[in-house]
Amino acid sequence: MSASVLYDAPGPRGKALNWVYSAIALAVLAWVAWIVYSKFDATGQWEADKWTPFLKSETWENFLIPGLKGTLSAFAVGAVLALAFGFVFAVGRLSQSRFISIPSAVVVEFFRSIPMLLLMMFIYFMQQPLGLETNVFWAVVLGLMLYNGSVLAEVIRAGVGALPKGQAEAGVAIGLSPGQVMRTILLPQAVRSMLPAIIAQLVVLLKDTALGFILAYSELLNQIPKIDGNFDNLIPAAIVVALIYIALNTILGLVANFVEARTRRVGHTAAPVGRAGAVDPVAAEAELVQKGNATGGTMGSGL
Amino acid sequence: MKFQKIAALVGALALAGSLAACGSDDSGSDAGGDKIKIGIKFDQPGLGFKESDGSYSGFDVDMAEYIAKGLGYDEDQIQWVEAVSANRETFLKDGTVDMILATYSITDERKAEVDFAGPYYVAGQDLLVAADNTDITGPESLDGKKLCSVTGSTSAQKVKDEYSKGVQLQEFDTYSKCVGAIENGQLDAMTTDNIILAGFAQQDPGKFKIVGKPFSEENYGVGLPKGSKDRDKINDLIEKSFEDGAWEKAFNDNLGDSGYELPEPPTVDRY
Amino acid sequence: MDLISESGSAILTSFGLTLRLAVFSGIFSLLLGVVLATFRVSPVPVLRWIGAAVVYTFRNTPLTLVMFFTLFGLSYQLGFSFDKDLLYRNNFWLAVLALSVYTSTFVCEVLRAGINTVPLGQAEAARAIGLTFTQNLRLVVLPQALRSVINPLASVLIAMTKNTTVAVTIGVTTATMVNEASGQMKSLMERNSDQILLIFIIFAVGFMILTLPIGFIAGWAAKRFAVIR
Repeated sequence: MSASVLYDAPGPRGKALNWVYSAIALAVLAWVAWIVYSKFDATGQWEADKWTPFLKSETWENFLIPGLKGTLSAFAVGAVLALAFGFVFAVGRLSQSRFISIPSAVVVEFFRSIPMLLLMMFIYFMQQPLGLETNVFWAVVLGLMLYNGSVLAEVIRAGVGALPKGQAEAGVAIGLSPGQVMRTILLPQAVRSMLPAIIAQLVVLLKDTALGFILAYSELLNQIPKIDGNFDNLIPAAIVVALIYIALNTILGLVANFVEARTRRVGHTAAPVGRAGAVDPVAAEAELVQKGNATGGTMGSGL
Repeated sequence: MKFQKIAALVGALALAGSLAACGSDDSGSDAGGDKIKIGIKFDQPGLGFKESDGSYSGFDVDMAEYIAKGLGYDEDQIQWVEAVSANRETFLKDGTVDMILATYSITDERKAEVDFAGPYYVAGQDLLVAADNTDITGPESLDGKKLCSVTGSTSAQKVKDEYSKGVQLQEFDTYSKCVGAIENGQLDAMTTDNIILAGFAQQDPGKFKIVGKPFSEENYGVGLPKGSKDRDKINDLIEKSFEDGAWEKAFNDNLGDSGYELPEPPTVDRY
Repeated sequence: MDLISESGSAILTSFGLTLRLAVFSGIFSLLLGVVLATFRVSPVPVLRWIGAAVVYTFRNTPLTLVMFFTLFGLSYQLGFSFDKDLLYRNNFWLAVLALSVYTSTFVCEVLRAGINTVPLGQAEAARAIGLTFTQNLRLVVLPQALRSVINPLASVLIAMTKNTTVAVTIGVTTATMVNEASGQMKSLMERNSDQILLIFIIFAVGFMILTLPIGFIAGWAAKRFAVIR
């Protein structure tokens, strides 16, 4: 149901009223903007020397680029490990052997149910008792892996679960082992159909790298106090960093849209058998939620 | 078949995990006999600090280099290991480090587990305030004031329990956030050992001052494994550093601009 | 088990604080989420744009940054405080503000998805009997939409409860200076390096106790209030 169904197409009076409401809304918006502007003005946020540092290459070289590297390297390693973790535990949970499926389920449900920040803190503090040098990068990355990997395991499992039964049965009928059925028939289709949901989870993972800030991992957020220390411009620095995050997420979102459009098209040509290639990721997600596994899905802990 | 595959995947993952864990672990205990492993702080400016270029600086670092030199080790034979407060005894016991200079207070409790040379410095818990602050004169003048410390430190709680019941505590994950908030006038003071405070004041000379009424006494010693045969030698070296000016130089090089004056050298306690 | 006897009551107190953070943030994020969703489906274009902009901004900014900004930007730089004298009150409400605004954008999107599940005929029938947009939304569409999104909303609230841990960024405490759960866990781990696993398990179980009931209640409510079509 699109929004327009909620109200009649406005007549002359309705149009006029909408103009009035628009004007009121704009006035309120302008009022809020003015409050923000004058607060900024009163505290000197508009002073040029608070903003010009972002036009200088040194600021980027010394702070923002290293911060971006920290964020993106945690994201890249975390994403690869989370995907690996997700596959292993999705397959484990789908296993016909209880000795594998039950422990896999326990692991996945455990890591989905605790805050990722606590996971990262735990890994951070556990390194020294284990005789390792305290390394914050791996605390962040392994935290990202355990939580997002568990969510991805459920996404992949839902994708496999949403495939028509005939797919697996046909595989068994031609003499494939359960492992071969999983690897050559079910997983490829499940991944293809769940790709948008998988990428949505990667967006969550990217945002969650910011939790590294709390453990003093040198990522983007951690540059805000450093830039502020140099130029006394905390608010401009925070705004610039927020814009970088929004830009990164927008790029990932565009990738997701592109992939979604592509998988739809592929779904019609490459999988002519039944609906095999055309599992609706939203439906599979919804199914996840309906099962009561209401721990976050694509919302993630970064929500 | 299916199980083998999963086992292989799990194995691969575990391998990835362990590689991950070892990735940057250069503190391993595989150093040859010609290296000395010294535990320092990595995150305390002016005392023990890992610079962005990978080098180390600070009063503890300079003192450690002086002592290592006296024991016959060159600078490149020193292997620096990060010693976090909670793990200093463990590190000495299991041989992760050969000695520790990391704002390590000599206490009877710790003496039961490890040996100490020194003290090489007497610190005390103190307060850091903005340079123009006049109404905070000591820990008992903090009622209603906003005092900053880091999560997990007991020093702020001590002020609240023993001196100013009405003090308000703000905890951050790092001292540097405290420093920033005091600079902006949002918080009134922060507390920890005076020499640590001096390290932060040093970063922004002129903006802060240390109140200068220490309300505890912390004897910083060189932590050594129990029964260490180097203890007497290190005590000699510490006394020598007091006399030949190396101690004063280590302080002035790292904390000289902090506005915090070097106290008299302590008497080495050869217990 | 020294840990329990020494810190047991402090751990309980910190979970009490976490619970308060979650309850207040839950209430405000639901209210704000309904407002945002109304904006996004309203006939007034300007309101739709505002709703979309707010949702897009906060969904794509990490909560840690939002939380950090409330204290260091809003309070320290711009001078906006809930309580000028009492630190713990100011920080508590700043954390509630950050969690509420951030979570409300997710509530908004869930509600919008819920509105999409309401059959066309419902809204059309409401319009046919002459209901205005607000009447239509309030009396016909939202009641049905809300019922169909109980489970996804519970997911959002569970995630929000776990997200209260991010409040450690600005140091949220009780009047007696006990930290919320994540700050408490951090300081316990710093002081008891030999019992890190035990401490972690205590806090992990604590969060399960806080979040499991939300899932159960939602599961029950979703069945109880299911819209029969």
